[in-house]
This record gives sequence, C-alpha cells and structure tokens, in this order.
Amino acid sequence: MMTSTLKISSLTKTFAGVPALDAVSLTVQPGQRAALLGHNGAGKSTLMKIVLGLIPFDSGTVDVCGAAPGSAAARAQVAYLPENAAFHPALTGQEQIAHYLSLRGESPKQALRLLERVGLHEAARRRIGTYSKGMRQRVGLAQALIGKPRLLVLDEPTSGLDPVSRRDFYALLDGLAAEGAAILLSSHALTEVEARTDRILILSRGRMVATGTLGDLRRTADLPVTMHVTPVNGYASEIERALPGAIRVGADLRLTCGQDEKLAVLGRITGLGAKVADIEVTPPSLEDIYSHFSQRDGQ
Amino acid sequence: MIGRILATAGTEFRIALRNRWVAIAVVLMALFSLVLSAAGSAPTGGLGVDRLSVTVASLTSLAVYLVPLVALLMSFDAVAGEVERGTLPLLLTYPVARVEILLGKLLAHLAVLTIAVAVGYGLAAAAALWVDPDSASGLPSLLRLGWTSILLGATFLGAGYALSSLARRPSGAAGLAMGLWLGAVVLYDLGLLAAVVADNGGWFTTDLFPFALLANPADAFRLFNLAASEATAAAAGVAGAANSIPLWQSAASVLLWPLLALVLATAAFRKVTP
Repeated sequence: MMTSTLKISSLTKTFAGVPALDAVSLTVQPGQRAALLGHNGAGKSTLMKIVLGLIPFDSGTVDVCGAAPGSAAARAQVAYLPENAAFHPALTGQEQIAHYLSLRGESPKQALRLLERVGLHEAARRRIGTYSKGMRQRVGLAQALIGKPRLLVLDEPTSGLDPVSRRDFYALLDGLAAEGAAILLSSHALTEVEARTDRILILSRGRMVATGTLGDLRRTADLPVTMHVTPVNGYASEIERALPGAIRVGADLRLTCGQDEKLAVLGRITGLGAKVADIEVTPPSLEDIYSHFSQRDGQ
Repeated sequence: MIGRILATAGTEFRIALRNRWVAIAVVLMALFSLVLSAAGSAPTGGLGVDRLSVTVASLTSLAVYLVPLVALLMSFDAVAGEVERGTLPLLLTYPVARVEILLGKLLAHLAVLTIAVAVGYGLAAAAALWVDPDSASGLPSLLRLGWTSILLGATFLGAGYALSSLARRPSGAAGLAMGLWLGAVVLYDLGLLAAVVADNGGWFTTDLFPFALLANPADAFRLFNLAASEATAAAAGVAGAANSIPLWQSAASVLLWPLLALVLATAAFRKVTP
C-alpha cells in the first residue's frame, strides 16, 4: 500500500481577513518531486510554513508523515531549506552543520562529509559571515540532507545558484527521491523546474489552479502552436494566400493554430512542396503555460 | 533532550567567545572587583572583622548592579537576534523543544557569567588574603556570594530572554532590558526608600516593606548575603533596615527567581511565531 508522505485537504488560512490559502488540497508520495509554482504572494511560503508547523491554519487537514505538522514526530522526519538560508555569521560552516547534526541526534563528525556533498568542503572552516549568498544556500542544502528525511520542504532552493550548481542540486534531489524521499519545492518560474520534477502544482492567489505533469498542463492549457514558414524566393505571396491567417514577418510567414489543427496545417504546408524552403514548429513555451494558469483568475 | 541542550550550549558558548562577551564580562568583573578591594581597605581596622568579609560586603553592592547588567547584555539578543538574522524559522523546524533552546542558551551564558564571577571574586580574595592572612575566615561568605551571584545572573538572563521574545527586534529588546535594569536595580530601591521615609514608621514600613524587598531578586540577593555575612555591621541603608527578615525567606527568593524567570521566558518564547 502506498501512503502519502504529505497529504493536505481543503487547507484554508487567512491573515487578518485576507485569504492566503483557499481550500488547497495536494498530496506528495514517497519518491515524488513536486514543484509548487506561483507569483510572490500566491501562498507558497504560507503553505510551506503550515506544513512545517511554523504557523497555525484555520481549517482543513494537514498530515505530515502520519503526524500533525510541527509535532515532534513530524519534525524528526522533515527537512527544510528556507528561501534565504541564514546562519550565525560567527560560526564556521562545519560548526553550524555539526550543531544541526547534534540537534537531529546524529554524529557531528559527519559535518565535513555533508559539506563535501554540496561542494563546500574547502570553505568548511571559514566563518559563514564571509560566505557568498550561493555558499550560504549550500550550507542550507547540506543541513537539509541530515539524517534520512522522509519529506524535504525547499523554499526556492535554486534562487542564487548558478546554472551548474543548479544542475548539481537537481542531481542531488534525484538521488534523494530515488531513496524514497518526498520533495516539495517552490519556484517562481516553470523554466527552472521543467524536466526535474514529477508533478507541478500552480498556486494563484491562494488557490490551486492546476496540478499534474508538464504534459498534463500542456494539454489542459491547450495553447496555440506557432509555425514559422520560410518561403523559397518569390513564393511568399502565393503561400500567404494558401495559408489563411498567416502573417508576414519580413520575408517569412508566421501562423498560429490550435493543438488539434496542428497536423492538418502541417499537411497543407507540406502540400506546397518545393515552394517552402523551411518550417519551424514552436510549441507553447513553459512561460506561456505558466502565465496561462497563474493569471487566469481576474488578472 | 540533554544532548540537544548541550549542543546548543556548546554552540552558544562558542558564539559568546567570538563575540567577545566572555572577554568583556571577565574584564568588567575583574576590574570592578580589584577597584573595590583597593578602595575597601581603609575602614578595616575600626570594624574588627577580617579584610575579606569587608571586601565581600562591597562586592555584594557591586554584584547587585553589575551581574544583572552583564546578564541582560548577554541575553537581550537571544531570541530577537535569531528573528532578525532569519535563523529562527529553520531552527524551529528541528526536533528541538523551545525550552531546550532556552536551556542551552542559559547554560552557555551562565558559564560565561561563572567564569567572570570566579575571576573577579578570585582576584578580590587573593588581594585580601595577601594583605590580611586572617581573611580565610571570610571565604565561606565569598563562596555564598559566588553562587548567589550566579543565581542572580540566571534570573536576569531568563528575564532577558523573556524581553527578547516579547520585543522580537534587537533594538526594542535592548531598550526593554535597560529599562528592566534601571527599574529593578536602581529605581525600585529609591522608590522603596522614598515610601519608607514618607510612611514614617507606619504600616508600609512594618508590613509591606519586607515583602517588597523579597519580591525583587536583586534586593533579596543583597539581603541574603548581608544578613548571612559577618559584615552586617558594615552594611547600611535599605539592607540595614530589613534585618528582621528571616534568612530562609531571602534564600527562598534567591532560589525561586531563576525558575520563575525561566518559566516566564519559555512562555514568552512559545508565543513567538516565526
């Protein structure tokens, strides 16, 4: 039997009468990487803080590893990486991680090895006050790897990381997920999480507006496909007449069509034979899909 | 639980070392103790008591001001600083109870205070023994002053954590801490003195005044040390007027205040939402 590591149903939270989360439901299974997307103020951090037991909620149910959020049993199995990971500047990276290891009942001797895993072993004996933002983020990641957390809650973990570090970070997550950890991470942009997550959850103004795989979201959004046709010299006008709705862009032609018309339109273009020099088909971008969902409500 | 408290205490002590709190506290206590033992050397002959007992009486008056001050300076940042640095939310997601965090900080700060008190009082004792070999008879009262100073420190550390939790901003917490110091250590006694003078031996002086002294941890500390010391004769003012209070009552106040302060601090810390 597969039990969810995180199960939230009809979660509602208001701050001074303003709804921050409105009947939000979601589940994250063991080994699943779920990405929580939304604008600033969409409710991502609020949702995470409730899961961690840092703030109370108004109604609904939240089940974290079979326990109440914030209970000792839940905290023992959940790791958290805050959005801007901060630590005491007077401690070294090694001392800080050793401290967190002790709090989780692990041997503080593992600190160096953990810092090595996030590529920070050379700076381990320097004070955190001298670290860059990206290095502090790595210390934050190292502490989230302590023990064997069943649920990782990562608040914008890749902000401040360069592209190479970001790839290393997702490789680490893949390893954790393969060992059965459930991962809930948040991000501003769909482009950042694209292929590295199993499930995408889009929050907009406290409401869950879309859930599913990237393929699911693509189908549900049903955004038009753009085609870019390059005619052989002198045939532009003829092609424009053959393709209703096409717009001239310089010497080329651009047209958009729905997902279901895509093959028909392609057939018509190939029917033009040697008059067409090249064709490029662009599916809706990740940004387009994300804005489609996150701006649907009254924006 | 013990492991988490000790880990927190170890980290906090390291931070106190690097932030120079250990050095500041030790230098403060050493300096004031030495100045007092030098200044207190004059009246010894007339009182017929050993040199160290006289030093203890002066040290008691010093500790009443200095120990709460050092304790509040170390503690006002404890919770508010974590809030400001943004380290508190992460810490609270760890399987560590809030009371364990406070106990760890308390242990570390008490260690700093103990070192400072030991160095300061030790220097004063050494100076007294060097001048007057009979001073050894004053050692028990010095020891008593030592452990009660640490308990007094614990009370004000707890009060500092409580204020730090209530203020949630280091600047606000610092203001509250200085207000508490001024109120509990300076103005409280002045107020009582004014009331006693105005009352002119009436109900306030006989019935309420002793309780008012016991209710203030700093006054209870002074009462206990002066009443138990051989050098009561050297004491004057408020303490002299309250000789009627039994020793066990001031001892109970000295012992109970640290616990009460810790309970208050824990209650205030529990109310902090990161």
